[in-house]
Amino acid sequence: MIKTDILIIGAGPTGLFAVFEAGLLKLKCHLIDALPQPGGQCSEIYPKKPIYDIPAYPEILAGELTEKLLEQSKQFKPGFTLGERAETIEKQSDGTFVVTTNKGTQHCAPVVAIAGGLGSFEPRKPALENIENFEDKGVSYMIKDPEVYLDKRVVIAGGGDSALDWSIFLSAVAKEVTLIHRRTEFRGALDSVDKVQELKNNGVINLITPAEVTGLFGPDRLESIEVKKTDEAPQLIKTDAFIPLFGLSPKLGPIANWGLEIEKNAIKVNNALDYQTNIPGVFAIGDVNTYPGKLKLILCGFHEATLMCQAAYKIINPGKRLVLKYTTVSGIDGFDGTRKEAPKSVVKSIN
Amino acid sequence: MPSNIHIKITDRNGTTHDVEAPTDMALNLMEVVRMYELAPEGTIGVCGGMAMCASCQCYIHSTHDLADKSDNEEAMLSEAFHVKPNSRLGCQVQVLPELEGLEIELAPEE
Repeated sequence: MIKTDILIIGAGPTGLFAVFEAGLLKLKCHLIDALPQPGGQCSEIYPKKPIYDIPAYPEILAGELTEKLLEQSKQFKPGFTLGERAETIEKQSDGTFVVTTNKGTQHCAPVVAIAGGLGSFEPRKPALENIENFEDKGVSYMIKDPEVYLDKRVVIAGGGDSALDWSIFLSAVAKEVTLIHRRTEFRGALDSVDKVQELKNNGVINLITPAEVTGLFGPDRLESIEVKKTDEAPQLIKTDAFIPLFGLSPKLGPIANWGLEIEKNAIKVNNALDYQTNIPGVFAIGDVNTYPGKLKLILCGFHEATLMCQAAYKIINPGKRLVLKYTTVSGIDGFDGTRKEAPKSVVKSIN
Repeated sequence: MPSNIHIKITDRNGTTHDVEAPTDMALNLMEVVRMYELAPEGTIGVCGGMAMCASCQCYIHSTHDLADKSDNEEAMLSEAFHVKPNSRLGCQVQVLPELEGLEIELAPEE
């Protein structure tokens, strides 16, 4: 069981900055994120895009912002559970919370701060009515273990990097690889596009474009799919696996079932005070929360994280008084033994 | 005074709304839908307007001459669902005076 002071769900900019603010109050943080790396949307969706409204940065790339936030919080030694989605929350008799991920990792903390942004990123599923019946029976939305496809017939759908890269990779493993895309143009690294072209020319990959998968068939496991090429009659293709790779989209996910008040697909919080939810001890900060006048901006998330930490301190240290300290005056004592402080000026007479 | 334009927006429940949109605020169609709250928060403009999701996909029903799609918009639409020949990403269509009388319908939520 991982124990910490503030358990932060979501390692985006708001969650990362909360680590720093908590550290100033000597509170330790642990972060859970469904993505394999910290940074949230900033690192997953638009790392190379500039942001212009971070105070004091006329322009900063989203990826750079993530790096700087990690650097800023490093001295407070945050823990990370990455690539796992927070699934359930349980209140213990001693008032602490236990949060368990989809992989079974358990975390215990007196305060939980949900900084989940738009939610956890989940694969986009194509609109085929019976697709859910075939999930894990031939249909999968991501490739965890490529060995599964050894000597199998595989159909991949999609036109982006992951569709291209997996088609290339699986062409060396599977018995047969078919790539289906709605357009003839693919969006991906030039190398990958060229490689797929070469594999297609050599008859290694069966390319069907512009086309769409319109049906899935099998008594229990998937056995064949129906493909419709634009302006042609649909055809049936026998296959062992269908892997639609249409990117990720954010879903509030299991958090929606935690008994929190939800409004406008976001968690309602008390913004007059400390961004606490309807469950005492559980806070929601950043894009995941809502209140009158809410703005989904990174800079607002920073402010919300700061106030949340003050409230967390009072929960964790009941009865203790807290006074605001300025880092310029007090310096920063890291949990790693480092100390940062302003250089002292000397007082000395000049004769 | 820059003038407002009138846009007919059919929401995901099939209700058509006549809205006025200013042409001097660098708005796009996704933002107009959000401005009038014609789709719940979190179901439209999820990526913020970067053509990186298709939550603002709409069908253009009038015959207005819209600016061509960028490569990014084409690519996103090629992976989106419920796509029709008249599909556009609302976030990529700027509100301009020549769009007076535009008629659009929001595509279903994915």
